[in-house]
Amino acid sequence: MAAPMSNVEEIRNRVILGEFGVRNVHTTDFPGNYPGYDDTWNLKKFEQNFKIDIIQMDENTLEFDMVGIDAAIANAFRRILLAEVPTMAVEKVFIYNNTSIIQDEILAHRLGLIPIKADPRLFEYRNAGDEEGTEIDTIQLQLKIKCTRNPRATKDSSDPSELYLNHMVYSKDMKWVPIGNQADVFADASIGPVHDDILLAQLRPGQELDIVMHCVKGIGKDHAKFSPVATASYRLLPEVTLLEPVEGEKAERLKRCFSPGVVEVEDCGGKRVAKVVNSRLDTCSREVLRHDDLKNLVKLGRVRDHFIFSVESTGILAPEVLVSEAIKVLMAKCQKFLSELDSAEME
Amino acid sequence: MEVFGEECVGMTPQQLAAPVNTVEEKWKLLPAFLKVKGLVKQHIDSFNYFINVEIKKIMKANEKITSDADPMWYLKYLNIYVGMPDVEESFNVTRPVSPHECRLREMTYSAPITVDIEYTRGSQRIIRNALPIGRMPIMLRSSNCVLTGKTPVEFSKLNECPLDPGGYFIVKGQEKVILIQEQLSKNRIIVEQDRKGAVGASVTSSTHEKKSRTNMIVKQGRFYLRHNTLSEDAPIAIIFKAMGVESDQEIVQMIGTEEHVMAAFAPSLEECQKAQIFTQTQALKYIGNKVRRQRMWGGPKKTKMEEARELLASTVLTHVPVKEFNFRAKCIYLAVMVRRVILAQGDNKVDDRDYYGNKRLELAGQLLSLLFEDLFKKFNSELKKIADQIIPKQRAAQFDVVKHMRQDQVTNGMVNAISTGNWSLKRFKMDRQGVTQVLSRLSYISALGMMTRISSQFEKTRKVSGPRSLQPSQWGMLCPSDTPEGEACGLVKNLALMTHITTDMEDGPIIKLAFNLGVEDVNLLCGEELSYPSVFLVFLNGNILGVIRDHQKLVHTFRLMRRAGFINEFVSISTNLTDRCVYISSDGGRLCRPYIIVKRGQPAVKTRHIEELTQGYRNFEDFLHESLVEYLDVNEENDCQIALYEHMITKDTTHLEIEPFTLLGVCAGLIPYPHHNQSPRNTYQCAMGKQAMGTIGYNQRNRIDTLMYLLGYPQKPMVKTKTIELIDFEKLPAGQNATVAVMSYSGYDIEDALVLNKASLDRGFGRCLVYKNAKCTLRRYTNQTFDKVMGPMLDAATHKPIWRHSILDADGICSPGEKVENKQVLVNKSMPTVTQTPLEGSTQSGQPQYRDVQRLDRLDVEKVMISSNAEDAFLIKILLRQTRRPEIGDKFSSRHGQKGVCGLIVPQEDMPFCDSGICPDIIMNPHGYPSRMTVGKLIELLAGKAGVLDGRFHYGTAFGGSKVKDVCEDLIRHGYNYQGKDYVTSGITGEPLEAYIYFGPVYYQKLKHMVLDKMHARARGPRAVLTRQPTEGRSRDGGLRLGEMERDCLIGYGASMLLLERLMISSDAFEVDVCGQCGLLGYSGWCHYCKSSCHVSSLRIPYACKLLFQELQSMNIVPRLKLSRYNE
Repeated sequence: MAAPMSNVEEIRNRVILGEFGVRNVHTTDFPGNYPGYDDTWNLKKFEQNFKIDIIQMDENTLEFDMVGIDAAIANAFRRILLAEVPTMAVEKVFIYNNTSIIQDEILAHRLGLIPIKADPRLFEYRNAGDEEGTEIDTIQLQLKIKCTRNPRATKDSSDPSELYLNHMVYSKDMKWVPIGNQADVFADASIGPVHDDILLAQLRPGQELDIVMHCVKGIGKDHAKFSPVATASYRLLPEVTLLEPVEGEKAERLKRCFSPGVVEVEDCGGKRVAKVVNSRLDTCSREVLRHDDLKNLVKLGRVRDHFIFSVESTGILAPEVLVSEAIKVLMAKCQKFLSELDSAEME
Repeated sequence: MEVFGEECVGMTPQQLAAPVNTVEEKWKLLPAFLKVKGLVKQHIDSFNYFINVEIKKIMKANEKITSDADPMWYLKYLNIYVGMPDVEESFNVTRPVSPHECRLREMTYSAPITVDIEYTRGSQRIIRNALPIGRMPIMLRSSNCVLTGKTPVEFSKLNECPLDPGGYFIVKGQEKVILIQEQLSKNRIIVEQDRKGAVGASVTSSTHEKKSRTNMIVKQGRFYLRHNTLSEDAPIAIIFKAMGVESDQEIVQMIGTEEHVMAAFAPSLEECQKAQIFTQTQALKYIGNKVRRQRMWGGPKKTKMEEARELLASTVLTHVPVKEFNFRAKCIYLAVMVRRVILAQGDNKVDDRDYYGNKRLELAGQLLSLLFEDLFKKFNSELKKIADQIIPKQRAAQFDVVKHMRQDQVTNGMVNAISTGNWSLKRFKMDRQGVTQVLSRLSYISALGMMTRISSQFEKTRKVSGPRSLQPSQWGMLCPSDTPEGEACGLVKNLALMTHITTDMEDGPIIKLAFNLGVEDVNLLCGEELSYPSVFLVFLNGNILGVIRDHQKLVHTFRLMRRAGFINEFVSISTNLTDRCVYISSDGGRLCRPYIIVKRGQPAVKTRHIEELTQGYRNFEDFLHESLVEYLDVNEENDCQIALYEHMITKDTTHLEIEPFTLLGVCAGLIPYPHHNQSPRNTYQCAMGKQAMGTIGYNQRNRIDTLMYLLGYPQKPMVKTKTIELIDFEKLPAGQNATVAVMSYSGYDIEDALVLNKASLDRGFGRCLVYKNAKCTLRRYTNQTFDKVMGPMLDAATHKPIWRHSILDADGICSPGEKVENKQVLVNKSMPTVTQTPLEGSTQSGQPQYRDVQRLDRLDVEKVMISSNAEDAFLIKILLRQTRRPEIGDKFSSRHGQKGVCGLIVPQEDMPFCDSGICPDIIMNPHGYPSRMTVGKLIELLAGKAGVLDGRFHYGTAFGGSKVKDVCEDLIRHGYNYQGKDYVTSGITGEPLEAYIYFGPVYYQKLKHMVLDKMHARARGPRAVLTRQPTEGRSRDGGLRLGEMERDCLIGYGASMLLLERLMISSDAFEVDVCGQCGLLGYSGWCHYCKSSCHVSSLRIPYACKLLFQELQSMNIVPRLKLSRYNE
């Protein structure tokens, strides 16, 4: 890394999107990497730089900026969100009767993937080998449905929804069966599937399902059904810089090369000059690099320590809760690591 | 071509120069064509022709049976019919049967063949109607099948898939296809060079009665006729004389009076002169001496001359009719053959055997008609034999032939031929194996692919490239991509999408028409006219019809008549300018396909017509009738100017291609952008598409097949082709759209291995269901005993069923939904111990016989079927199911011949992700691309990505499809890089990757090869009885062989103890006692030869070695072992 001093700031803070590849991808945020450059870590500086801005939040999605932190830590949050924040999901399926067309295993697999609205923090992990389950580690759901002919259907109808009753089995047909004191404890929690309209199976008259399910607490590492998020990911903040003023037709072309709202053309004393307005909106399509006359006028970069997080919850827990849970998981891991270190010292 | 050229004469230059308007969406003719013809129409047409027309002709040809014993007795067939498929419910009560019932109950889907007969009983003449003589297996969807003309709803009532193409048979519950057979066309002169470079001509003539091959060869400038009934080659001039052309001048006139022709033929005449043969009698005598003696049975004794004349009339060139020994036509035919050879000698214009105009395809109908004819003749001769036997004996009751008409001969003959695939017909010297194959139901595509398959009669072992290589004339007729690799490469082919195979047609009207159009009958010519430069010879199906002066007019008018619908649309006419011939063909088995007619530089099909087609006012037949479209066979194609696209139309153009992508077949039609791939890749995909799991039909859940692979969540491909839509692959897909990242990851992706996302697998990607069945029949025996199914055995202590019987219901058969483990009983069947002797009877308490599963993996019982089979025995079928999720080692493939096994399953959080948070389902190594050059896959990914973003499907149709440029525009519009390369972050470090990653959806197929079915290891296990060595193969829990080459390695290395351990101790070590005195093997320390035990020592040798010694002894060779102490 014999980079000239003037460049260090850029190498440290920006990822450069070139035409044929990404440059400066690796973090160099550790002390003594550059001669004469003070990059020692101190809490004060970190606290000063670190910030979290919530950009947008609704029931199931959360977008927030996490600034001033290393990729490893940000990635740890992403990984924990995907794989290590526990939720409840159907794990054991007891099929007493299934005369439908769908195979037992496939049906069980489908049931497993349905998000179950139950606060996993109020439950314990079930012990290995435990088949029965107790009120503290199991939610019992029941699906009992039978398809019949609709006696009031018109004669010459061919529409299944008119001819038959219960011919579509939806997740709303899964009924919660409280065990032990669960009825009292979770009286106002309304345990059951998050979405009512997930199609589980189709039936025809005479076919029936009689199924009891046990939901247990688990983590996404074990099976994707326990993952609390549809996805959680981040991207780095894009940064578009114009190296020279761009005017006229070129400015219009430049504008079209970016996502709407990134570059605007302004009237500046009779000249139409391009100006970067909001580079955050850019999707980094690198379209500008196709134009030989434009590609040297702009610099496409991304801010290395500015993570735009996006968390899409499956609806079991609110996304902000998920993030704080993820932080708790990481803290617990650190705690555990520290205590391991301590115990190792003692030996 | 010049025929059509003249149409342009009346046009102005401006008219000619004007650009030809493209007919929008003319590909819509294709679904219209498929609606009328269907993909397997050739099979069905040919079968329909057989059961409705041909069978009556066969009956007509063999209609009368007489007896030698009673000249008054006769039996005459008046009519023959094939009925509708039915099943005999009880004695004489029948009921219509559905194909699916036959599949499940292991019966034959067949219909009775009934005849109307007239015969004599005593002095009475009796007419009996509708007498059954046997049963005919019925092709599905043929005219006599219950499925014809049914709506999809009715199909589902019959448990049948409306998308199933039909065209196969159900014999003993198995679906059997009669493959299309390719062979050289019959009754045509083929001029070819032999290995020494000598030119010769050969004709394989075939009629209903006889089949023979006649060769014309040249030896030292002289012409000879070679035939396998003649013991040596006969000089051609003698043959001419034997046929009644005694004058040399007449012979030369027929062959041709050009200087060089006469010169070439002169030596042959000279030879005849030398042999002192001048008259017909002399010639016949000469030939009579050379006739190979045939076995003579019965009939009046013939002289040699008569025999020779008979032979020339009926066996040599059988197909040229000789009436009342009028050899005129045959002479002219021979003369033409000679002339061909002479002309070919000069400039080596020999015919191409591999040319598709010289080939005929034999379909189910033709093969069955041969079989039926044989069986029918056998049936009749049997009747005659019975009549001959019984009539002379005086009986109380008069001889009634109806009582002796047994049905089983015809029935069994048909059923056995179809179920074994052995077509051995002695009459035609035909002995073919493997004519039928079991319809592969691995996927919908494999079934379809099988229906369009053509197998060549050519030997697989011969190392010649000619028949295997791609022939230019197969353009548009046979798929250039779809052929297997390896020994059958190029010999097994597949039909292209629009190919039709003709059936036989009546040629009477065509002959009449030809004569009316100015053809002069050969029989009225003196012979010299044949070689006039001003005339063309006219052939109809290989026979010389006559000559024509204005051949252009003949061809032109003929085509006009055909377009007007006066002649069948499949009759072809073509001129051959080199041979100066006009060939008219109306025979069956020719390949043909439809083309748009171009008149005056303008295609006849206009946008208006296509609009009417889409609105449903028109169908494909209307296009044919209004002479907008016509069928061309391979020979006629050669005579036309066919433009590929509208802009290629010139003033000479006669036809326009409907759609270029129809030159591919069904399997190659699945590949998106095949025109961007290296061609072997398309061939590989054609083979792999047949192994892809998915859906096999709407009735797949009602089937109980021996093996069936289904996919849990099949998807339609994001990038589809027109072919995919036409063959309904979308409705029965076999694969899933996987998001693929083309990058290197972890090193577990070398050599085409794939890295899969664990979360994708958790969510159902590649999940498949494997169905297997278990069968069991309960039989009755001759001694009144029968098999029984017993209830589960109870444990004495707990009164619960024992573990082996724990899944059985009270009736002794496992119940649906149960999980079966290794060695558990599925059906608790018990068989009586004595089944033969009827008197001892009543040994009911038989030994129990179990149907149990012997497998390590767990299965679930899906359903149980209890029925009876054709022999009225109880039939219990159990369908077992297994759900599998992809694991390391399972095989996947894209649609571009790029197969790979799963090398690693990675948790989602370790997967790279792009800005929008998408993780790939599959990571594929980029090294798969450069050497394979599957650019089509790259474009598929791009088009798929654009399609996903826009929420629509893109087309990757061959020679068309969505343009890369447009697709890139779509990507840009959605803010993606135009190259499809995304900025991707590593899931492990959280830092961006240095390279942009090619990222998007590709349709992936899961292939049937799975680790679970193949993995195998053994520490100890069963041994073979004879050699005591470990058994072989996974199914027998066998050992892994340390073969010769591995052994050589160990020898080379010197690991002798390891060798000893591998080859003997771990295999078949055996302790033997050897007598040191005599060197023979003893037994328990005692030598039987020396009668002593003092020199006996014990050794360890392989059991196989001991076996060898004993076997040698048994053949009087005494092997003796010389023992000595190793320290001495």
